[in-house]
Amino acid sequence: MNTDERGTVKVHPGVVRVTHWINVVAIAIMIGSGWRIWNSSPIFDFSFPVAATIGGDPATSQDVHNELGLAGALQWHFAGMWLLVVNGLVYLVYGIWSGHFRHALFPVSPSAFLRDALAALTFRLPHRLGVYNAVQKALYLGVLLAGIVMVLTGLSIWKPGQFQELAFVFGGYDTARLIHFLGMSAIVLFLVVHIALVIIVPKTLPAMITGRAAAHAPEILQESAG
Amino acid sequence: MSAIKDSKDVLRQGAVRTIERRAFLKQGLSLGALTLLTGCDVTDQDSVQTALNAISRWNDRVQATLFSNRLVPTYPESAAVKDFRSNQYYGEDAVPKIEGSSFKLGLSGLIDNRKPWTLPELYALPQTSQVTRHVCVEGWSMIGKWTGVPFRTFLERIGADLSAKYVGFECADGYYSSIDMASALHPQTLLTFKISDETLAPKYGYPLKLRVPTKLGFKNPKWITAMYVTNRFSGGFWEDRGYNWFSGI
Ligand code: HEM
Repeated sequence: MNTDERGTVKVHPGVVRVTHWINVVAIAIMIGSGWRIWNSSPIFDFSFPVAATIGGDPATSQDVHNELGLAGALQWHFAGMWLLVVNGLVYLVYGIWSGHFRHALFPVSPSAFLRDALAALTFRLPHRLGVYNAVQKALYLGVLLAGIVMVLTGLSIWKPGQFQELAFVFGGYDTARLIHFLGMSAIVLFLVVHIALVIIVPKTLPAMITGRAAAHAPEILQESAG
Repeated sequence: MSAIKDSKDVLRQGAVRTIERRAFLKQGLSLGALTLLTGCDVTDQDSVQTALNAISRWNDRVQATLFSNRLVPTYPESAAVKDFRSNQYYGEDAVPKIEGSSFKLGLSGLIDNRKPWTLPELYALPQTSQVTRHVCVEGWSMIGKWTGVPFRTFLERIGADLSAKYVGFECADGYYSSIDMASALHPQTLLTFKISDETLAPKYGYPLKLRVPTKLGFKNPKWITAMYVTNRFSGGFWEDRGYNWFSGI
Protein backbone atom coordinates (compact mmCIF):
# COMPACT_ATOMS: atom_id res chain seq x y z
CA MET A 1 0.00 0.00 0.00
CA ASN A 2 1.30 3.40 -0.99
CA THR A 3 1.40 6.24 1.46
CA ASP A 4 0.39 9.57 -0.11
CA GLU A 5 1.62 13.07 0.78
CA ARG A 6 -0.95 13.33 3.57
CA GLY A 7 0.38 10.15 5.11
CA THR A 8 -2.68 8.05 4.40
CA VAL A 9 -3.05 4.71 2.69
CA LYS A 10 -5.87 3.41 0.55
CA VAL A 11 -7.91 0.79 2.38
CA HIS A 12 -11.14 0.54 0.32
CA PRO A 13 -11.35 0.87 -3.49
CA GLY A 14 -13.60 3.66 -4.83
CA VAL A 15 -16.00 1.32 -6.64
CA VAL A 16 -16.54 -0.66 -3.43
CA ARG A 17 -17.27 2.51 -1.43
CA VAL A 18 -19.60 4.10 -3.97
CA THR A 19 -21.55 0.88 -4.58
CA HIS A 20 -21.68 0.21 -0.83
CA TRP A 21 -23.35 3.51 -0.04
CA ILE A 22 -25.69 3.34 -3.03
CA ASN A 23 -26.58 -0.13 -1.80
CA VAL A 24 -27.48 1.28 1.63
CA VAL A 25 -30.06 3.52 -0.09
CA ALA A 26 -31.31 0.66 -2.30
CA ILE A 27 -31.65 -1.76 0.64
CA ALA A 28 -33.48 0.88 2.70
CA ILE A 29 -35.96 1.37 -0.16
CA MET A 30 -36.42 -2.36 -0.70
CA ILE A 31 -36.91 -3.20 2.98
CA GLY A 32 -39.11 -0.19 3.74
CA SER A 33 -41.41 -0.73 0.77
CA GLY A 34 -41.25 -4.52 1.15
CA TRP A 35 -42.56 -4.25 4.71
CA ARG A 36 -45.61 -2.34 3.51
CA ILE A 37 -46.22 -4.89 0.74
CA TRP A 38 -45.98 -7.59 3.43
CA ASN A 39 -48.62 -5.76 5.48
CA SER A 40 -51.17 -6.03 2.67
CA SER A 41 -51.12 -9.83 2.92
CA PRO A 42 -48.80 -11.14 5.66
CA ILE A 43 -47.68 -14.78 5.60
CA PHE A 44 -47.35 -14.84 9.39
CA ASP A 45 -49.70 -13.13 11.77
CA PHE A 46 -47.92 -9.83 12.28
CA SER A 47 -47.48 -6.49 10.53
CA PHE A 48 -44.66 -3.98 10.37
CA PRO A 49 -45.37 -0.54 11.85
CA VAL A 50 -46.62 1.61 8.97
CA ALA A 51 -44.37 4.46 10.10
CA ALA A 52 -41.34 2.25 9.37
CA THR A 53 -42.52 1.57 5.82
CA ILE A 54 -42.01 3.40 2.52
CA GLY A 55 -44.63 4.19 -0.13
CA GLY A 56 -46.12 7.64 0.35
CA ASP A 57 -48.56 8.90 2.94
CA PRO A 58 -50.83 6.01 3.98
CA ALA A 59 -53.59 8.38 5.15
CA THR A 60 -53.83 9.95 1.69
CA SER A 61 -53.92 6.51 0.07
CA GLN A 62 -56.65 5.50 2.49
CA ASP A 63 -58.74 8.54 1.61
CA VAL A 64 -58.11 8.61 -2.13
CA HIS A 65 -57.63 4.93 -2.97
CA ASN A 66 -59.33 3.13 -0.10
CA GLU A 67 -56.13 1.19 0.61
CA LEU A 68 -53.15 1.63 2.91
CA GLY A 69 -50.59 2.78 0.39
CA LEU A 70 -49.80 -0.51 -1.32
CA ALA A 71 -49.58 1.13 -4.74
CA GLY A 72 -46.89 3.54 -3.58
CA ALA A 73 -44.94 0.76 -1.86
CA LEU A 74 -45.01 -1.33 -5.05
CA GLN A 75 -43.83 1.65 -7.09
CA TRP A 76 -40.89 2.15 -4.72
CA HIS A 77 -40.11 -1.56 -4.65
CA PHE A 78 -40.05 -1.94 -8.44
CA ALA A 79 -38.03 1.26 -8.83
CA GLY A 80 -35.62 0.31 -6.03
CA MET A 81 -35.02 -3.09 -7.62
CA TRP A 82 -33.30 -1.44 -10.59
CA LEU A 83 -30.99 0.53 -8.30
CA LEU A 84 -30.25 -2.61 -6.28
CA VAL A 85 -29.61 -4.84 -9.29
CA VAL A 86 -27.62 -2.40 -11.45
CA ASN A 87 -25.51 -1.27 -8.49
CA GLY A 88 -25.11 -4.85 -7.29
CA LEU A 89 -23.94 -5.97 -10.74
CA VAL A 90 -21.36 -3.17 -10.88
CA TYR A 91 -20.06 -4.29 -7.48
CA LEU A 92 -20.04 -8.01 -8.40
CA VAL A 93 -18.39 -7.51 -11.79
CA TYR A 94 -15.81 -5.18 -10.26
CA GLY A 95 -15.23 -7.50 -7.31
CA ILE A 96 -14.60 -10.51 -9.51
CA TRP A 97 -12.73 -8.74 -12.30
CA SER A 98 -10.42 -6.60 -10.11
CA GLY A 99 -9.56 -9.41 -7.73
CA HIS A 100 -11.11 -7.46 -4.83
CA PHE A 101 -13.18 -10.48 -3.76
CA ARG A 102 -10.16 -12.77 -3.97
CA HIS A 103 -8.09 -10.43 -1.80
CA ALA A 104 -10.70 -9.08 0.60
CA LEU A 105 -13.29 -11.84 1.04
CA PHE A 106 -11.32 -15.07 0.43
CA PRO A 107 -10.10 -17.39 1.72
CA VAL A 108 -12.35 -17.97 4.68
CA SER A 109 -11.89 -21.35 6.32
CA PRO A 110 -14.09 -22.77 9.07
CA SER A 111 -11.09 -22.92 11.42
CA ALA A 112 -10.21 -19.27 10.79
CA PHE A 113 -13.86 -18.38 11.33
CA LEU A 114 -13.92 -20.22 14.67
CA ARG A 115 -10.62 -18.67 15.74
CA ASP A 116 -11.73 -15.12 14.90
CA ALA A 117 -15.24 -15.60 16.29
CA LEU A 118 -13.73 -16.76 19.59
CA ALA A 119 -11.29 -13.86 19.61
CA ALA A 120 -14.09 -11.42 18.86
CA LEU A 121 -16.27 -12.79 21.65
CA THR A 122 -13.40 -12.37 24.11
CA PHE A 123 -12.65 -8.88 22.70
CA ARG A 124 -9.21 -9.90 21.52
CA LEU A 125 -9.70 -9.59 17.78
CA PRO A 126 -7.29 -7.11 16.19
CA HIS A 127 -8.88 -4.90 13.52
CA ARG A 128 -6.79 -3.69 10.62
CA LEU A 129 -8.53 -1.22 8.35
CA GLY A 130 -9.05 -2.69 4.92
CA VAL A 131 -8.29 -6.22 6.08
CA TYR A 132 -11.35 -8.21 7.02
CA ASN A 133 -11.20 -10.91 9.69
CA ALA A 134 -12.76 -14.31 9.02
CA VAL A 135 -16.00 -13.40 10.81
CA GLN A 136 -16.41 -10.32 8.62
CA LYS A 137 -15.58 -12.29 5.49
CA ALA A 138 -18.22 -14.89 6.35
CA LEU A 139 -20.78 -12.18 7.14
CA TYR A 140 -20.09 -10.31 3.88
CA LEU A 141 -20.19 -13.47 1.75
CA GLY A 142 -23.37 -14.46 3.56
CA VAL A 143 -25.10 -11.15 2.91
CA LEU A 144 -23.98 -11.19 -0.73
CA LEU A 145 -25.54 -14.64 -1.08
CA ALA A 146 -28.69 -13.37 0.67
CA GLY A 147 -28.78 -10.44 -1.78
CA ILE A 148 -28.56 -12.78 -4.77
CA VAL A 149 -31.27 -15.03 -3.33
CA MET A 150 -33.45 -11.96 -2.75
CA VAL A 151 -33.15 -10.88 -6.38
CA LEU A 152 -33.85 -14.40 -7.67
CA THR A 153 -36.82 -15.07 -5.36
CA GLY A 154 -38.04 -11.54 -6.11
CA LEU A 155 -38.02 -12.36 -9.84
CA SER A 156 -39.80 -15.65 -9.06
CA ILE A 157 -42.71 -13.96 -7.31
CA TRP A 158 -42.81 -10.99 -9.69
CA LYS A 159 -42.99 -13.27 -12.75
CA PRO A 160 -44.04 -16.78 -11.66
CA GLY A 161 -45.38 -17.27 -15.19
CA GLN A 162 -42.64 -15.90 -17.43
CA PHE A 163 -39.88 -17.11 -15.07
CA GLN A 164 -41.62 -20.35 -14.04
CA GLU A 165 -38.39 -22.40 -14.06
CA LEU A 166 -36.87 -19.96 -11.59
CA ALA A 167 -40.00 -20.08 -9.41
CA PHE A 168 -39.83 -23.88 -9.63
CA VAL A 169 -36.23 -23.87 -8.37
CA PHE A 170 -37.42 -21.97 -5.29
CA GLY A 171 -40.27 -24.39 -4.67
CA GLY A 172 -43.05 -22.52 -6.47
CA TYR A 173 -44.74 -19.18 -5.88
CA ASP A 174 -45.65 -19.57 -2.19
CA THR A 175 -42.32 -21.05 -1.11
CA ALA A 176 -40.40 -18.44 -3.12
CA ARG A 177 -42.43 -15.79 -1.31
CA LEU A 178 -41.49 -17.32 2.04
CA ILE A 179 -37.80 -17.47 1.10
CA HIS A 180 -38.02 -13.84 -0.03
CA PHE A 181 -39.25 -12.96 3.44
CA LEU A 182 -36.60 -15.09 5.19
CA GLY A 183 -33.89 -13.49 3.02
CA MET A 184 -35.07 -10.06 4.15
CA SER A 185 -34.92 -11.25 7.76
CA ALA A 186 -31.36 -12.51 7.22
CA ILE A 187 -30.31 -9.15 5.76
CA VAL A 188 -31.89 -7.28 8.68
CA LEU A 189 -30.02 -9.59 11.09
CA PHE A 190 -26.80 -8.95 9.18
CA LEU A 191 -27.45 -5.22 9.44
CA VAL A 192 -27.88 -5.39 13.21
CA VAL A 193 -24.52 -7.14 13.58
CA HIS A 194 -22.85 -5.05 10.85
CA ILE A 195 -23.87 -1.72 12.34
CA ALA A 196 -23.08 -2.92 15.86
CA LEU A 197 -19.54 -3.77 14.71
CA VAL A 198 -19.19 -0.31 13.13
CA ILE A 199 -20.27 1.24 16.42
CA ILE A 200 -17.77 -0.89 18.35
CA VAL A 201 -14.96 -0.05 15.88
CA PRO A 202 -16.03 3.42 14.70
CA LYS A 203 -12.78 4.20 12.83
CA THR A 204 -13.94 1.82 10.08
CA LEU A 205 -16.66 4.28 9.09
CA PRO A 206 -14.57 7.25 7.85
CA ALA A 207 -12.34 4.78 6.02
CA MET A 208 -15.36 3.31 4.23
CA ILE A 209 -16.34 6.86 3.21
CA THR A 210 -12.98 8.35 2.21
CA GLY A 211 -11.29 5.09 1.33
CA ARG A 212 -8.15 6.12 3.18
CA ALA A 213 -6.73 5.71 6.66
CA ALA A 214 -3.67 7.25 8.27
CA ALA A 215 -0.56 5.17 7.54
CA HIS A 216 1.33 3.83 10.55
CA ALA A 217 -1.37 5.31 12.75
CA PRO A 218 -1.57 3.24 15.86
CA GLU A 219 -5.17 2.24 15.20
CA ILE A 220 -4.31 0.35 12.06
CA LEU A 221 -2.50 -2.33 13.99
CA GLN A 222 -3.98 -1.64 17.38
CA GLU A 223 -6.05 -4.33 18.99
CA SER A 224 -9.67 -3.49 19.37
CA ALA A 225 -13.04 -5.05 19.79
CA GLY A 226 -14.56 -6.00 16.55
CA MET B 1 -31.40 24.66 0.99
CA SER B 2 -30.91 25.15 4.69
CA ALA B 3 -28.99 21.89 4.72
CA ILE B 4 -26.24 23.49 2.64
CA LYS B 5 -26.15 26.58 4.82
CA ASP B 6 -25.99 24.58 8.05
CA SER B 7 -23.28 22.32 6.80
CA LYS B 8 -21.25 25.35 5.71
CA ASP B 9 -21.54 26.81 9.22
CA VAL B 10 -20.47 23.56 10.77
CA LEU B 11 -17.65 23.22 8.29
CA ARG B 12 -16.42 26.68 9.30
CA GLN B 13 -16.41 25.58 12.93
CA GLY B 14 -14.58 22.45 11.81
CA ALA B 15 -11.86 24.66 10.31
CA VAL B 16 -10.70 25.80 13.72
CA ARG B 17 -10.07 22.27 14.84
CA THR B 18 -7.08 20.11 14.01
CA ILE B 19 -6.26 19.27 10.43
CA GLU B 20 -7.12 15.57 10.63
CA ARG B 21 -10.33 16.30 12.41
CA ARG B 22 -11.33 18.82 9.79
CA ALA B 23 -10.64 16.39 6.97
CA PHE B 24 -12.80 13.85 8.72
CA LEU B 25 -15.62 16.32 9.35
CA LYS B 26 -15.55 17.55 5.78
CA GLN B 27 -16.00 14.09 4.38
CA GLY B 28 -18.66 13.21 6.88
CA LEU B 29 -20.53 16.44 6.42
CA SER B 30 -20.56 16.42 2.66
CA LEU B 31 -22.16 13.01 2.94
CA GLY B 32 -24.56 14.34 5.56
CA ALA B 33 -25.42 17.34 3.40
CA LEU B 34 -26.02 15.01 0.50
CA THR B 35 -28.50 12.90 2.43
CA LEU B 36 -30.22 16.06 3.66
CA LEU B 37 -30.44 17.34 0.12
CA THR B 38 -31.91 14.12 -1.15
CA GLY B 39 -34.16 14.34 1.92
CA CYS B 40 -35.46 17.61 0.47
CA ASP B 41 -36.24 15.85 -2.79
CA VAL B 42 -38.03 13.02 -1.06
CA THR B 43 -40.45 15.45 0.59
CA ASP B 44 -41.06 17.08 -2.79
CA GLN B 45 -44.09 14.88 -3.53
CA ASP B 46 -44.59 15.88 -7.15
CA SER B 47 -41.14 15.24 -8.53
CA VAL B 48 -40.76 11.95 -6.67
CA GLN B 49 -44.20 10.81 -7.81
CA THR B 50 -43.43 11.85 -11.38
CA ALA B 51 -40.21 9.83 -11.27
CA LEU B 52 -41.96 6.79 -9.79
CA ASN B 53 -44.70 6.98 -12.43
CA ALA B 54 -42.07 7.20 -15.17
CA ILE B 55 -40.30 4.12 -13.79
CA SER B 56 -43.63 2.31 -13.65
CA ARG B 57 -44.15 3.10 -17.38
CA TRP B 58 -40.64 1.81 -18.02
CA ASN B 59 -41.53 -1.36 -16.14
CA ASP B 60 -44.59 -1.69 -18.42
CA ARG B 61 -42.26 -1.69 -21.42
CA VAL B 62 -39.86 -4.17 -19.80
CA GLN B 63 -42.75 -6.53 -19.04
CA ALA B 64 -44.16 -6.22 -22.55
CA THR B 65 -40.71 -7.22 -23.85
CA LEU B 66 -40.46 -10.14 -21.42
CA PHE B 67 -43.95 -11.29 -22.36
CA SER B 68 -44.19 -14.31 -24.60
CA ASN B 69 -46.90 -16.73 -25.61
CA ARG B 70 -45.49 -19.38 -23.30
CA LEU B 71 -48.12 -20.97 -21.12
CA VAL B 72 -48.34 -20.38 -17.40
CA PRO B 73 -48.29 -23.60 -15.32
CA THR B 74 -51.58 -25.49 -15.12
CA TYR B 75 -52.57 -27.75 -12.23
CA PRO B 76 -54.63 -30.90 -11.74
CA GLU B 77 -58.32 -30.26 -11.10
CA SER B 78 -57.88 -31.51 -7.53
CA ALA B 79 -55.69 -28.46 -6.83
CA ALA B 80 -58.49 -26.02 -7.70
CA VAL B 81 -59.99 -24.22 -4.69
CA LYS B 82 -63.78 -24.53 -4.58
CA ASP B 83 -64.57 -21.70 -2.19
CA PHE B 84 -62.56 -19.12 -4.11
CA ARG B 85 -61.68 -15.82 -2.48
CA SER B 86 -63.42 -12.80 -3.99
CA ASN B 87 -61.97 -9.33 -3.78
CA GLN B 88 -63.60 -6.03 -4.59
CA TYR B 89 -63.01 -2.55 -3.25
CA TYR B 90 -66.37 -2.56 -1.42
CA GLY B 91 -68.36 -5.01 0.72
CA GLU B 92 -69.40 -8.37 -0.69
CA ASP B 93 -73.12 -7.61 -0.26
CA ALA B 94 -72.72 -4.67 -2.66
CA VAL B 95 -71.53 -6.74 -5.64
CA PRO B 96 -73.55 -6.18 -8.83
CA LYS B 97 -76.44 -8.58 -9.38
CA ILE B 98 -76.95 -8.76 -13.10
CA GLU B 99 -80.11 -10.06 -14.76
CA GLY B 100 -78.85 -12.66 -17.23
CA SER B 101 -81.91 -12.77 -19.49
CA SER B 102 -81.64 -9.10 -20.43
CA PHE B 103 -77.84 -8.92 -20.37
CA LYS B 104 -75.97 -7.72 -23.42
CA LEU B 105 -72.22 -7.31 -23.83
CA GLY B 106 -71.60 -3.98 -25.57
CA LEU B 107 -68.78 -3.67 -28.10
CA SER B 108 -67.08 -0.56 -29.40
CA GLY B 109 -63.87 0.75 -30.91
CA LEU B 110 -61.83 -1.03 -33.58
CA ILE B 111 -64.27 -3.91 -34.04
CA ASP B 112 -65.95 -4.79 -37.36
CA ASN B 113 -69.17 -6.21 -35.95
CA ARG B 114 -70.24 -4.17 -32.94
CA LYS B 115 -73.60 -5.85 -32.45
CA PRO B 116 -74.11 -6.48 -28.69
CA TRP B 117 -73.89 -10.13 -27.56
CA THR B 118 -76.50 -11.92 -25.44
CA LEU B 119 -75.54 -14.68 -23.02
CA PRO B 120 -76.99 -17.56 -25.09
CA GLU B 121 -74.95 -16.30 -28.06
CA LEU B 122 -71.80 -16.21 -25.94
CA TYR B 123 -72.48 -19.64 -24.41
CA ALA B 124 -72.72 -21.08 -27.95
CA LEU B 125 -69.06 -20.26 -28.60
CA PRO B 126 -66.45 -23.07 -28.24
CA GLN B 127 -65.51 -23.39 -24.59
CA THR B 128 -62.54 -24.73 -22.71
CA SER B 129 -61.50 -25.11 -19.07
CA GLN B 130 -58.25 -24.35 -17.31
CA VAL B 131 -56.83 -24.73 -13.80
CA THR B 132 -54.39 -21.88 -13.17
CA ARG B 133 -53.04 -19.78 -10.35
CA HIS B 134 -54.63 -16.44 -9.63
CA VAL B 135 -51.93 -14.16 -8.18
CA CYS B 136 -53.12 -11.09 -6.29
CA VAL B 137 -51.14 -7.86 -6.21
CA GLU B 138 -51.46 -8.05 -2.41
CA GLY B 139 -49.31 -11.17 -2.41
CA TRP B 140 -51.75 -14.04 -1.87
CA SER B 141 -52.49 -16.54 -4.58
CA MET B 142 -55.10 -19.23 -5.20
CA ILE B 143 -55.53 -21.97 -7.78
CA GLY B 144 -58.92 -22.10 -9.48
CA LYS B 145 -60.72 -23.66 -12.39
CA TRP B 146 -62.35 -21.39 -14.95
CA THR B 147 -64.40 -22.23 -18.03
CA GLY B 148 -65.12 -20.04 -21.01
CA VAL B 149 -64.30 -19.12 -24.57
CA PRO B 150 -60.68 -18.42 -25.53
CA PHE B 151 -60.62 -14.64 -25.77
CA ARG B 152 -58.72 -14.81 -29.05
CA THR B 153 -61.59 -16.81 -30.59
CA PHE B 154 -64.06 -14.16 -29.46
CA LEU B 155 -61.91 -11.29 -30.74
CA GLU B 156 -61.63 -13.02 -34.13
CA ARG B 157 -65.36 -13.73 -34.20
CA ILE B 158 -66.29 -10.06 -33.71
CA GLY B 159 -63.72 -8.88 -36.23
CA ALA B 160 -61.57 -6.99 -33.75
CA ASP B 161 -58.47 -5.26 -35.14
CA LEU B 162 -55.89 -7.69 -33.71
CA SER B 163 -53.09 -5.27 -34.60
CA ALA B 164 -54.54 -2.62 -32.28
CA LYS B 165 -52.67 -1.95 -29.04
CA TYR B 166 -55.27 -2.37 -26.30
CA VAL B 167 -58.46 -4.08 -25.27
CA GLY B 168 -60.46 -2.25 -22.59
CA PHE B 169 -63.29 -3.31 -20.30
CA GLU B 170 -66.17 -1.56 -18.53
CA CYS B 171 -67.79 -3.31 -15.60
CA ALA B 172 -71.18 -3.12 -13.90
CA ASP B 173 -69.65 -1.85 -10.63
CA GLY B 174 -67.90 1.08 -12.31
CA TYR B 175 -64.61 -0.80 -12.45
CA TYR B 176 -62.64 -0.51 -15.67
CA SER B 177 -59.33 -1.83 -16.93
CA SER B 178 -57.38 -2.38 -20.12
CA ILE B 179 -54.79 -4.88 -21.29
CA ASP B 180 -52.25 -5.10 -24.10
CA MET B 181 -53.30 -6.95 -27.26
CA ALA B 182 -50.52 -9.55 -26.89
CA SER B 183 -51.92 -10.64 -23.51
CA ALA B 184 -55.47 -10.54 -24.89
CA LEU B 185 -54.43 -13.00 -27.62
CA HIS B 186 -52.50 -15.31 -25.26
CA PRO B 187 -53.86 -18.86 -25.63
CA GLN B 188 -54.77 -19.06 -21.92
CA THR B 189 -56.73 -15.80 -21.81
CA LEU B 190 -60.42 -16.75 -21.50
CA LEU B 191 -63.70 -14.89 -21.40
CA THR B 192 -65.18 -17.03 -18.64
CA PHE B 193 -68.71 -18.02 -17.65
CA LYS B 194 -67.92 -20.56 -14.92
CA ILE B 195 -65.69 -21.07 -11.91
CA SER B 196 -65.33 -24.52 -10.28
CA ASP B 197 -67.69 -25.89 -12.98
CA GLU B 198 -70.51 -23.65 -11.79
CA THR B 199 -71.95 -20.55 -13.42
CA LEU B 200 -70.12 -17.57 -11.93
CA ALA B 201 -71.82 -16.55 -8.69
CA PRO B 202 -72.48 -12.79 -8.41
CA LYS B 203 -69.36 -12.31 -6.26
CA TYR B 204 -67.23 -14.02 -8.93
CA GLY B 205 -68.37 -11.64 -11.65
CA TYR B 206 -71.61 -13.02 -13.17
CA PRO B 207 -72.11 -13.17 -16.04
CA LEU B 208 -68.64 -12.45 -17.50
CA LYS B 209 -65.17 -12.43 -16.06
CA LEU B 210 -62.01 -12.13 -18.11
CA ARG B 211 -59.43 -14.63 -16.91
CA VAL B 212 -55.89 -13.49 -17.78
CA PRO B 213 -53.61 -15.97 -15.98
CA THR B 214 -50.56 -14.07 -17.25
CA LYS B 215 -51.57 -11.04 -15.20
CA LEU B 216 -52.28 -10.12 -11.58
CA GLY B 217 -55.82 -10.58 -10.29
CA PHE B 218 -56.92 -6.98 -10.64
CA LYS B 219 -56.28 -7.23 -14.39
CA ASN B 220 -59.01 -9.92 -14.53
CA PRO B 221 -62.17 -7.77 -14.66
CA LYS B 222 -65.49 -9.16 -13.41
CA TRP B 223 -69.11 -8.14 -14.30
CA ILE B 224 -67.93 -7.04 -17.76
CA THR B 225 -70.71 -5.15 -19.52
CA ALA B 226 -68.79 -3.58 -22.38
CA MET B 227 -65.44 -3.91 -24.09
CA TYR B 228 -63.56 -1.98 -26.72
CA VAL B 229 -60.47 -2.26 -28.88
CA THR B 230 -58.32 0.83 -29.21
CA ASN B 231 -54.89 2.26 -29.89
CA ARG B 232 -55.36 4.85 -27.15
CA PHE B 233 -54.06 4.03 -23.69
CA SER B 234 -56.99 4.06 -21.30
CA GLY B 235 -55.58 2.93 -17.94
CA GLY B 236 -57.80 1.30 -15.38
CA PHE B 237 -59.40 1.74 -11.96
CA TRP B 238 -56.40 0.62 -9.87
CA GLU B 239 -53.92 1.53 -12.58
CA ASP B 240 -55.04 5.16 -12.36
CA ARG B 241 -54.42 4.92 -8.61
CA GLY B 242 -50.76 4.04 -8.99
CA TYR B 243 -50.77 0.28 -9.61
CA ASN B 244 -48.57 -0.88 -12.44
CA TRP B 245 -50.56 -1.06 -15.68
CA PHE B 246 -48.99 -4.12 -17.34
CA SER B 247 -48.91 -6.17 -14.12
CA GLY B 248 -47.81 -9.34 -15.87
CA ILE B 249 -46.76 -12.39 -13.93
C1 HEM C 1 -26.08 2.49 7.60
C2 HEM C 1 -25.75 1.29 7.23
C3 HEM C 1 -24.36 0.77 7.01
C4 HEM C 1 -23.15 1.17 7.53
C5 HEM C 1 -22.91 2.30 8.53
C6 HEM C 1 -22.12 0.32 6.96
C7 HEM C 1 -20.75 0.42 7.22
C8 HEM C 1 -19.76 -0.36 6.65
C9 HEM C 1 -18.35 -0.24 6.91
C10 HEM C 1 -17.74 0.78 7.84
C11 HEM C 1 -17.69 -1.19 6.18
C12 HEM C 1 -16.18 -1.46 6.18
C13 HEM C 1 -15.88 -2.44 7.28
C14 HEM C 1 -14.39 -2.54 7.59
O1 HEM C 1 -13.58 -1.80 7.03
O2 HEM C 1 -14.05 -3.39 8.43
C15 HEM C 1 -18.69 -1.92 5.44
C16 HEM C 1 -18.44 -2.96 4.55
C17 HEM C 1 -19.42 -3.72 3.94
N1 HEM C 1 -20.80 -3.55 4.09
FE1 HEM C 1 -21.74 -2.08 5.10
N2 HEM C 1 -22.71 -0.57 6.12
C18 HEM C 1 -24.08 -0.33 6.11
C19 HEM C 1 -25.04 -1.02 5.39
C20 HEM C 1 -24.79 -2.14 4.62
C21 HEM C 1 -25.82 -2.88 3.90
C22 HEM C 1 -27.30 -2.52 3.86
C23 HEM C 1 -25.18 -3.92 3.30
C24 HEM C 1 -25.76 -5.02 2.43
C25 HEM C 1 -26.97 -5.48 2.52
C26 HEM C 1 -23.77 -3.82 3.62
C27 HEM C 1 -22.80 -4.69 3.17
C28 HEM C 1 -21.43 -4.53 3.33
C29 HEM C 1 -20.44 -5.34 2.65
C30 HEM C 1 -20.74 -6.52 1.71
C31 HEM C 1 -19.19 -4.83 3.02
C32 HEM C 1 -17.83 -5.31 2.50
C33 HEM C 1 -17.59 -4.56 1.19
C34 HEM C 1 -16.35 -5.00 0.44
O3 HEM C 1 -15.23 -4.76 0.90
O4 HEM C 1 -16.51 -5.55 -0.67
N3 HEM C 1 -23.57 -2.74 4.43
N4 HEM C 1 -19.95 -1.40 5.74
